[in-house]
Amino acid sequence: MDSVVIISSIILLAVIAIVIGIFLGISSEIFKVEVDEKVAKVRECLPGNNCGGCGFAGCDALAEAIAKGEAAVNQCPVGGAPVAEKISAVMGVAAGNSEKKVAFVRCNGTCVNANNAYTYTGVKDCRLAASLPNAGAKQCRNACLGYGTCVEACKFDAIHIVDGVAKVDEEKCVACQACIKACPMKVIELVPYGKKHLVECSNKDKGKPAMDACKVSCIACGMCERTCTKGAIKVQSNIAVMDYSLCDDCGACSEKCPRKCIS
Amino acid sequence: MGVEIIVAIISAALISNVVLSRFLGICAFLGVSNKVDTAKGMGVAVIFVILMATAVTYVINRVFLEATGVFKRDLTYLQTIAFILVIAALVQFLEMFLKKFIPSLYKALGIYLPLITTNCAVLGVALTVAQDYSNFVIGMAYALGTSGGFCISIILLASIREKLENNDIPESFKGKPIVLVMACLMAIAFTGFSNLNIG
Repeated sequence: MDSVVIISSIILLAVIAIVIGIFLGISSEIFKVEVDEKVAKVRECLPGNNCGGCGFAGCDALAEAIAKGEAAVNQCPVGGAPVAEKISAVMGVAAGNSEKKVAFVRCNGTCVNANNAYTYTGVKDCRLAASLPNAGAKQCRNACLGYGTCVEACKFDAIHIVDGVAKVDEEKCVACQACIKACPMKVIELVPYGKKHLVECSNKDKGKPAMDACKVSCIACGMCERTCTKGAIKVQSNIAVMDYSLCDDCGACSEKCPRKCIS
Repeated sequence: MGVEIIVAIISAALISNVVLSRFLGICAFLGVSNKVDTAKGMGVAVIFVILMATAVTYVINRVFLEATGVFKRDLTYLQTIAFILVIAALVQFLEMFLKKFIPSLYKALGIYLPLITTNCAVLGVALTVAQDYSNFVIGMAYALGTSGGFCISIILLASIREKLENNDIPESFKGKPIVLVMACLMAIAFTGFSNLNIG
């Protein structure tokens, strides 16, 4: 190996490195993307879970939409009021009220309460079980199956299977709706935080079939509808449905319900 | 020439598949194959980078490193370090370019784009082409076949892994072990292509 080889290899690598350095430097100037300062500031305020509860692809997408004015400043369900306040300070608009909501499982078909139509020994996955005859082993066709697909979907450790039914931890729940999207039975919904009286059933059968399926099923008798003075609870397609904007949480329906399916 | 190009593509993609029979790029193969969507993104990004890197490194090798080049000395021992430099710079440039002109693709590829810098399949292809292929067009066909083979195998593994999720896997096999078993079975299946009589 003569000295020319050593020198030429040093020169070659140095030249390649310098050329690449200049090239990257120039192209970073040419291809510079103008980032809206507001986007970065809004993004800093957001929690960064990327849960998608706002309806956008992630926190980055929401920040962009808020900065452009396409989304409300209180769009983030995870951050709630404190985050909305911070963002409104950045954007210079009033925050508005964002009521804290939590997920709620409309089923109380525990191992004791619900009757099984058959014994299921397959994979513990609600999506699979729900595709079987009778939509899962429980006799009720609208029951929480309790195999924990929602538990897997939750990134905040806020939903757990207790006694065969999913239960939401109100303190941990951030209303990102991941469990609602994951549930094949559609028994989870968003309800106002801290509400005491809720319909704990989704059964769409009437009378005897509903009674046979579960000890605490709604049989669509209409007692709650007659009891309520605010008109906040109605029986729709054989199940009691609450209008949370009218309900004042008095609990009269809960007392009168013959099936004890309102908490 | 036409036949040779097709032979180069098919043999690189199927017969000596980059992952399953040459064991290059295993890290990305196992790391980002849990969903078909991300696997597609990774596969396409790798095709893109391998093609660009091969073209540039081929020229560098021809003009500077070989004994017939500018320096009149055999500098091929510099291939590894020079090619790594070029690949890293290319990935950086590609990232900037996509961010500016095709932001949707940039978002879709996400973290996988910078990860390609460390994908040894890219360096492997660049070195193989520089050492074994004297014809530029056939070298590029080989690069296309290899990266296409990577894309095929990562998408196949991702679709198998998606199906595996609902299965009852023994405790000791959960996670990476079952993926290695799957990759192994895929490699065995791909040996079937070695009897393919082409060219």
